[in-house]
Amino acid sequence: MSKQPQINTSPSSADRIAKTTCYMCACRCGINVHMKGDDIRYIEGNRDHPVNQGVLCAKGSAGIMQHLSPARLRAPLKRVGPRGSGEFEEISWEDALTMATDWLAPVRAKDPKKLAFFTGRDQSQALTGWWAQQFGTPNFAAHGGFCSVNMAAGGIYTIGGAFWEFGSPDWERTELFVLFGVAEDHDSNPIKIGLGKLKERGVRTISVNPVQTGYSAVADDWIGITPGSDGLLILSLIQVLMESGKIDVDYLIRYTNAPWLVIRNPGQANDGLFLRDKDDTPLVIDRKTGKTAKSSKGGITPELKGEIKLKDGGVAVPAFTLMAEQWMTPELSPEATEAETGVPAARVRQMAAELAEAAFEKTIVLDRPWTDWKGEKHDKMIGRPVSMHAMRGISAHSNGFQTCRALHVLQLMLGSVETPGGFRFKPPYPKPAEIHPRPAGRPDQIKPNTPLPGAPLGYLMGPEDLLVDEHGNPSRIDKAYSWDAPMSAHGLMHMVISNAYAGDPYPADVLFMYMANMAWNSSMNTRGVMEMLTAKDEETGEYKIPKIIYSDAYSSEMVAFADLILPDTTYLERHDCISLLDRPICEAEAVADAIRWPVVEPDRDVRGFQSVLLDLGARLGLPGMTNDDGTAKFKDYADYIVNHQRKPGIGPLAGFRGKGDLSGRGDPNPNQLEQYIENGGFWINHLPEDAQFYKFANMAYQNFAVEMGFFDKPEPYTFQIYSEVLQKFKLAAEGHGNTQPPEHLRDQIKTCFTPLPSWYKPFEDALTDDAEYPIHALTQRPMAMYHSWGSQNPWLRQIHGHNPLFISGELAAKHDLADGDWAWVTSHHGRIRVPVAVMEGVNPNTVWTWNAIGKRRGAWQLDEDAPEARKGFLLNHLIHELLPPKGDGLRWSNSDPITGQAAWYDLKVNIEKAAADEPQVISPHFDAQKSPAGLTKPASTLRYGLNIINAEKKGSRS
Amino acid sequence: MTDMPPPSDVKLGLVIDLDICVGCQACVVNCKEWNTAGYGAPLADVNAYGNNPVGSWLNRVHTFEAGQGKDARVVHFPKSCLHCEDAPCVPVCPTGASYKRAEDGIVLVNEDWCIGCGLCAWACPYGAREMDPAEGVMKKCTLCVDRILNDTLAEEDQIPACVRTCPTSARHFGDLGDPNSDVSKLVAERGGFDLMPEQDTKPVNKYLPPRPRQQAMDDDGPVDLVALAAKDEPSGFWKWVDQALDRI
Repeated sequence: MSKQPQINTSPSSADRIAKTTCYMCACRCGINVHMKGDDIRYIEGNRDHPVNQGVLCAKGSAGIMQHLSPARLRAPLKRVGPRGSGEFEEISWEDALTMATDWLAPVRAKDPKKLAFFTGRDQSQALTGWWAQQFGTPNFAAHGGFCSVNMAAGGIYTIGGAFWEFGSPDWERTELFVLFGVAEDHDSNPIKIGLGKLKERGVRTISVNPVQTGYSAVADDWIGITPGSDGLLILSLIQVLMESGKIDVDYLIRYTNAPWLVIRNPGQANDGLFLRDKDDTPLVIDRKTGKTAKSSKGGITPELKGEIKLKDGGVAVPAFTLMAEQWMTPELSPEATEAETGVPAARVRQMAAELAEAAFEKTIVLDRPWTDWKGEKHDKMIGRPVSMHAMRGISAHSNGFQTCRALHVLQLMLGSVETPGGFRFKPPYPKPAEIHPRPAGRPDQIKPNTPLPGAPLGYLMGPEDLLVDEHGNPSRIDKAYSWDAPMSAHGLMHMVISNAYAGDPYPADVLFMYMANMAWNSSMNTRGVMEMLTAKDEETGEYKIPKIIYSDAYSSEMVAFADLILPDTTYLERHDCISLLDRPICEAEAVADAIRWPVVEPDRDVRGFQSVLLDLGARLGLPGMTNDDGTAKFKDYADYIVNHQRKPGIGPLAGFRGKGDLSGRGDPNPNQLEQYIENGGFWINHLPEDAQFYKFANMAYQNFAVEMGFFDKPEPYTFQIYSEVLQKFKLAAEGHGNTQPPEHLRDQIKTCFTPLPSWYKPFEDALTDDAEYPIHALTQRPMAMYHSWGSQNPWLRQIHGHNPLFISGELAAKHDLADGDWAWVTSHHGRIRVPVAVMEGVNPNTVWTWNAIGKRRGAWQLDEDAPEARKGFLLNHLIHELLPPKGDGLRWSNSDPITGQAAWYDLKVNIEKAAADEPQVISPHFDAQKSPAGLTKPASTLRYGLNIINAEKKGSRS
Repeated sequence: MTDMPPPSDVKLGLVIDLDICVGCQACVVNCKEWNTAGYGAPLADVNAYGNNPVGSWLNRVHTFEAGQGKDARVVHFPKSCLHCEDAPCVPVCPTGASYKRAEDGIVLVNEDWCIGCGLCAWACPYGAREMDPAEGVMKKCTLCVDRILNDTLAEEDQIPACVRTCPTSARHFGDLGDPNSDVSKLVAERGGFDLMPEQDTKPVNKYLPPRPRQQAMDDDGPVDLVALAAKDEPSGFWKWVDQALDRI
């Protein structure tokens, strides 16, 4: 027998371990970066971190390759060729910042709204939004409008929070978990950790999703619903639960507005509004006396039916009566909805039974006394252990807002929001719409050289808060907060370029973007957007969008279309704060925030975008960024993170304030970042036990929230099943009030702005011919990729290097298609040639593909024959940012009419087999774009780790 | 030809739960990341930014569909060396480079002796070995021998990288030679199985099968909800609401 070699089983993995925050997607997990000399040896999950508890996904584990990407931009760039050519020359930062200042200062001096400042997967919106406000432009948003604003806004307006950052299932206690249309790259590690916990306890999971990928594949039950019909399924479930008495009446009367009285006075200006007393408090009927009482009064049982006659005409009935009238109708019975949803009636009834069984037969009772905001003391916390999670699958439809609302109402009917075993909010949520600020940016608020009086994004409470002029015309370039999309809490990034190009409502002077790949996967109608970005005014010969400034760390497709590039750092080279003022990373039982800090120094002439933005702000003299003597107030972003205060004592980071001993509120602490680093890159503060459930109504939580600085006074509230905000818009559309919608929008508003969640057919589906485009088409995000960043990564691109169109066996047979064949896919807007793969686990009438794998030739420093550019395609080419023309000459946005959410998933297509002699390459197949100056072709063979291994060998020999 | 040591009492290996693997590829990439700068030569990638990028990996997840039509099911199947008791990859090695450790049964390649002939990969019925495209030596799962026995790491981190990083806890590491170990108990409870037992390789790694899909209902009809109200009578629902309010 040969001798077994001696091996070193205890090599040291690190000279130092730096704990920071991942940025390989939007989850913001804690990571331990193992450093050997100047090399990154290994990145692992931080076990102490609240988000990922030690685990790390494929993207996070490929961070080294992202950090070392040959596509990293190296220095500021000035365009020297025509737009889109990719011809640039390197310039100094001083020249770049001077150029940007010279472009921006006149805009601010003349008409600040002519700056459109839109950031993409930005994790610093507390800063970028504030910067826009100080500049004075309302035209700011990040990517929420094309991502999942329906989910966020539907949640905020209904229950004061939604999923992901806003809340999570009670993984430890839930007895049934239901997923609706979940994008598997979002909230990715927490959901996976949670699913693991459920499996360990044998808890059932139901996944409602047209496609059976990751989570759906391990779910106990997969419901392959027809896209866009989830709202119908949910309303059918609600109906079955109501009919069979499986709803939590006690919860509904205590915590929701089901008992609030709604005025019924058809045709009048108060129809559908809440009946309020002189203090403006909504009223209920006291069951004991039969008379009205304040809804805020403790110790009474309100009535759920009945009618109060009103002196001034009409009657008032509890909202619950309207719920029964509208949802217990034959049209919403499972038998009536099954054709549209593709879910058999028996299965709907079964699902309702399962929900009811978990909620009411497996009730959880915690012996934890607590006091509610009405002063009532409770000796127990009652839990309805049904939890849910949903994402873009239900929200990226033109009926998504109402669907998201319906889903939250289903949770409320079961009494499972913020109760043990149910869905739990993460601080600083719950936070209802009314205590969020209103958006700023009405025409009278936009003034030369003047900040806006508030943040550009917010939540409005009725037509009076719209950002429109006296004729109803939009104030914002994306038409957010106008009659086109009144409750567009995240803006409409997908409309900015299209609107600026069309000059509708007005052109932009400067388009300033960050981390938004608008010339490729982040736009609908990609080819069209490229044309708009390069289009010139025939008379002047100038570009229709005169100036484009773009910041990105990598040579993305968008880079070629900008005039000035401000190169960003990688995530391991920068400061960031994962702030409570932004998209927080808290847990249901803890408040937390975190930082990024430069674990390694950049080897290029690049700067963190946030530091650049502050520098630019100082050069422009923006208030808050400039000292009285005109000098910059902040040295860089790190300085801002520590020293900026939104109001006294409240800054970007809530931990280690004052002398390092204060949480939430406290003076700036010069050692704050050091303390974060010592603490593993994050800060966490646990909620008292009696504050952990019923947070919206729980005084212990409310007081804690005030202490932490989330609010300045307790803000308990009631869940809004019936939305008076929506009704106010509906009333306006019916002709009531001073702020009136344009004529062409009245019918749409009347149909869609129902105060109780409702379902209507997705617009593209309704406007296209079913015979011509009979098939639904959508994208899913793979768990191992995050939008366009992933496929430049040499490790991740070996996992997903191209993307086929997945079709059902049924469709494959019908169109004579087999694995490896090529097919043409046609929509009302475009035609693409794609490779095909057959699968069974997909709704039979739906085709789908992975999102954002396809790349434009020449981008991202990939070779021109990379599979991403030959066999990787975008469905985006088939989707238009506008609906098919209706013949009225108007540009109708392909968005949810309530929030403006981009309706990506409304797409309808047809497919046909490509001819045998056609080239096996995707179409459209764009010309290659040039690599920006300074980038070199990477070595073809990569042997990462060789330096580390050689150093180790050398070390062990010496 | 290389000799096998006598069977060891300690049989270190992995237990992989197919019921919960969501196919996220975390284990695949984290494995590559740890091992490219660890045991042996780096795990190279050829055409890293070009057409047909190919690298060596010690662990891969294959996703496929099993079954037809409505019974079809997507399965995510992680695959790496199974550290077989009767590892066919060891005796075929002409240089003694491929070996099984006497003390814990881990199958390793001594890269200094490996001539890259590829016989071991041909012998492995699982396709669990990959030739490194740059170094020309055979790469395979080391069970993170430089982690699990690494006393410079915290005790809780002395587990393979794939196990530590797995977000769903689908991967477990331990001594499958000890019937009382957590992994052995898990195998017993869940009916853990050998991959391709007909090959007589006696894999140490075990797989836990996907649990059967539980449809709460058979096809006959829904579970009867306790209907307090008769559906046909409109008064029924409100009568129930009344009673519910009375009880509060």
